[in-house]
Amino acid sequence: MPKSNKPIVWGFFAAGGTLTAFVTPVLVVLTLLAAVGHVPALLGYDRLHALAAHWVGKAALFGFVFLSLWHAAHRLRVTLYDFGVRSDTLVAWVVYCLAATGSVAAAACLLII
Amino acid sequence: MAEQVTRRPYVREIPRLRWIFRHPRYLRYMAREVTCIFIGAYAVLLLVALGRLAQGRESYEAFLRALGSPAGIAFQGVILLFALYHTVSWFNVTPKAMPIQRGEEFVPGGIIVAAHYAGWIALSIVVLFLAGVL
Repeated sequence: MPKSNKPIVWGFFAAGGTLTAFVTPVLVVLTLLAAVGHVPALLGYDRLHALAAHWVGKAALFGFVFLSLWHAAHRLRVTLYDFGVRSDTLVAWVVYCLAATGSVAAAACLLII
Repeated sequence: MAEQVTRRPYVREIPRLRWIFRHPRYLRYMAREVTCIFIGAYAVLLLVALGRLAQGRESYEAFLRALGSPAGIAFQGVILLFALYHTVSWFNVTPKAMPIQRGEEFVPGGIIVAAHYAGWIALSIVVLFLAGVL
C-alpha cells in the first residue's frame, strides 16, 4: 500500500475543527467583552500572564493556535480548489507553511513569557 | 476509417465562481468552507495577543484598547457570526463523520448532534465561569 500523509493532515484538520467548534465562540465572546470595556478577569494582564507562564497554559494556548491555524489552512486549500485554483501542490505548500510559521511564532512568544 | 472519426468528448464548463449561486446547497457549502478564514483570523488575533503579552503590560493593555476600536469590535463581531456557523455546521455532520454503533444498530444521528450541543453549552458556561464573567 502506498504511504500517504493524508491521515496526519486530515487528523489535525478534524481535531482543529472540533476544538474550534467547541471553544472559539466563547473565546470571541470573552475578547468582545474585553473590547467593550468589561475585561473578564482572565484577560487581565496579571491573570493571563500567569496562565501563559504555567506549562499547562502554554500547552493549551499553543494547541489552540496550532490546531486553529492548521484547520483553517487545510480547509482553505480545499476551498481554493473549488474556487478554480488548480495548482494544489503550490497552494498546499503556502497554506501549511503559513500555519507552521504562525505556530512557531506562538511557541516563541509563549517560551519567553 | 475508424481513425477518421474524431471523438469530441463533452467538456462541461464550470465557471470559477458562479456555480456557487446555482443552488442554495452550494451556497451553504461555501458558507461552511469560508468559515475557516475567520477561524484562522481569530487564531492570528490570539497570536498577536500572545506577542503583546510577552512584550509586557503596557503593550498588552494597548492591544486590548485597540480591540475596543469600532474596527476591532466589527472584526470580532463578524468572526463571532462565522465561528457560530462553523460550530453549527460542524456539529450537524458529526453523525456522518463518526457514526456510533451499539450492537446491530447505529445510534440515531439526532442524539449525537444533541450531545454535541449539550457539551458545547456546558463547556461555554464553564469557560465563562473560569474567566470570571459569570
